[in-house]
Amino acid sequence: MNAVLESSDVDCHPVSAPDYIPVAQLCEIQLQRLQTVVTRAWQQVELFRSRMQERSLAPQEIRSLEDIRKLPFTAKSDLRDTYPFGLFASPMKDVVRLHVSSGTTGKPIVVAYTKQDVDVWTSVMVRCLAGCGLHHGDIVQVAYGYGLFTGGLGAHYGAEALGATVVPTSGGNADRQIMLMKDFGVTAICCTPTYFLHLIDRAAELGVELKELPLRAGVFGAEPWTESMRKHIESMSRIEAFDIYGLSEIIGPGVGCECRYHQGLHIFEDHFYPEIVDPVTGEPLPDGNEGELVLTTLSKQAMPMVRYRTRDITMILPGRCECGRTLRRIDRIGRRSDDMLIIRGVNIFPSQVEAALLQVEGTLPHYQIVLTREHGLDEMEVQVEVTQQMFTDKIGALQGLHDRLQGALDHVLGIRVRVALVEAYTIVRSEGKAKRVIDRRMS
Amino acid sequence: MKIHQISLFVENKPGHIVAPARLLAKEGVDIRALYLADTQQYGILRMIVSDWEKAARTLETHGFVVKVTDVLAIFVPDRPGGLADVLEALDGSGINIEYMYAFSDVRGDQAILIFRFADMDAAIARLQAAGINPLASEELLK
Repeated sequence: MNAVLESSDVDCHPVSAPDYIPVAQLCEIQLQRLQTVVTRAWQQVELFRSRMQERSLAPQEIRSLEDIRKLPFTAKSDLRDTYPFGLFASPMKDVVRLHVSSGTTGKPIVVAYTKQDVDVWTSVMVRCLAGCGLHHGDIVQVAYGYGLFTGGLGAHYGAEALGATVVPTSGGNADRQIMLMKDFGVTAICCTPTYFLHLIDRAAELGVELKELPLRAGVFGAEPWTESMRKHIESMSRIEAFDIYGLSEIIGPGVGCECRYHQGLHIFEDHFYPEIVDPVTGEPLPDGNEGELVLTTLSKQAMPMVRYRTRDITMILPGRCECGRTLRRIDRIGRRSDDMLIIRGVNIFPSQVEAALLQVEGTLPHYQIVLTREHGLDEMEVQVEVTQQMFTDKIGALQGLHDRLQGALDHVLGIRVRVALVEAYTIVRSEGKAKRVIDRRMS
Repeated sequence: MKIHQISLFVENKPGHIVAPARLLAKEGVDIRALYLADTQQYGILRMIVSDWEKAARTLETHGFVVKVTDVLAIFVPDRPGGLADVLEALDGSGINIEYMYAFSDVRGDQAILIFRFADMDAAIARLQAAGINPLASEELLK
C-alpha cells in the first residue's frame, strides 16, 4: 500500500520543476519565446502581419516583455472570420491534431497543434495534475467529453504522461461513471464541476456513498464555478476540489491550475504570458486589479495566439504563493465579460443567481435563467428544479420555498425576477459546459 | 392503519398529468383516489394506488420526484352530516388537518375521507376514542 503523501512531499514532484524557476530566468525565457512567436506569426499569418503593419510595427521592435503592450490583440471573432485555417502558422503536413470549439453564434472555431504543441500541452497538464497532488499510482477518471472538445484528450494525455491509470469514460451515462468509479477504485476525476454535481446527485439516488470511495481529488474546469460550489462538492464527496483553467484558443485545459494551497490558479507562464486589461479600453491594469485576462502563447507553433482576449474576468494576484512556485497566479474566474446579462439596464451575472439559490437551499439545485422580452421590457425567469429534498406534498410549504427563493434573488440581484419551480430533469443536463442562460429576447 | 399516499410534483401545464397516469397504467397500478392541489404555476398530485411501492418505484425511475406520505382513510355514511361527525370528534383537540379530500362510491352508500394530520398518531387516538376506526390499507384497496 502506498503511504498517504503529505502535501509537502507531493510538491516535490520532478515534473513540477519548471514551476519553481527563478523569476529572472523565467522572464528571460519568456522574452526569447515571445520574440520567436511574434516573428513566426509575422511570417506565417497574414492577419497578424497586416495588423502589425497598420501600427508600423516590426517583430524586431519587441525588445522587452513590456513591449508586448505594443502588439495588437487577437479576438475570438478573428478565429471565426478566418475559419477554418486562416490563423495557422504551420503547413497542414506539420499539423497533427485539430480541435473544434463551438462558437456561441454561427461558425465554429478551429485550433491546430503540431507534434511539439501536443507535447507542450501534455507537459502543462502533467504539471497541473502534479500540482493537485496526483502521481504515478493514481487512477484518474476523465469524464470530460472526448472528441472535438479539448477537455477529454487534454486531461487524458496529461494523466497518462504522469503515469496514472486513465479511465477514459468521457461524458455521459452517469450510472456507468459511478459504477466504474466504485469498481476500479478511482482516486481522481477530471470533469466540469456541474457534471460532478450531477454525479453527486445520481450517486445518492443509486445509494452509492461517494465519501466511502477512494476518490480523493477532483480537477474541475471548462466553466466558472464558485467557492460555495467547492464547499458543497467537498462536503458531499469528501474530496479535494481543484480549479483548472484553459481554453481551446490557447491550448485547451492546462493554461493554469490551483495547487494544494488553493490560493488562485498558477499560470504556466513559460508557455502562456498573462496580462490583465480593462475590458472596455484594452489598457493594461496593474496586478491586483480586476479586468479581462489576455494571454499570449509563447511556444505554440501551429496556431500562435498573440494577446488573445479571453473575455474571462479575473486579476493577477500580487505576491508569491505559499507553495513556493514562482509562477504568477490569477484569481478564480467567477465570470466572463460576455456572461454579463443586462436586464432592464441592470448588470446581472449568473454567478449571483447561483449564490442566491445556494443561500436558500444550502445546495445548488439545477437551474436555468430564461430571458424574454414582453411589451418591450426584459423579463428574467429563474427556473429551479424541485428535487426530492425540496419536495413536500404540502402546497403551503412549496409556496414557502418559492417565496424564500424569490426573496433571496430579489435581494442579491436588486431587481424583480420570476421564480418558477419546475419538474425534476426538465432542465437539459449538459455533459460539457452548463447552459445556464436561454436568451429569447431577440427571437 | 395509516395508508401510504404518493405525491408528485407537476407543473401546471397541459399534458403534465398524462405521463404519470400512463406509466402507472402500463405497470398495472390502479389509482383508487386522486386529488390535485394546484397553484397557478404548479401542483401536487396526490394518489392512493393499489400498489404504492411499485408506483413510487416506477415513477422515480422515470425521473419524477415522489413523496410517500401517511394519511388516514375513514369510511363515513354518504349522507348529510357524515363529514361533520368526524370533524366534531376532533374538535378541541388542537390537531391540525394539513389537508383532506373525499370521494364517494356512487353505487354504494359510503364515502371515504382522506386526511393528512399534522400529528397522525394523536389523530388516530382521538378518532378511535370517538369510535371512529381509520381503515387499514387492505380494507381500502380490496
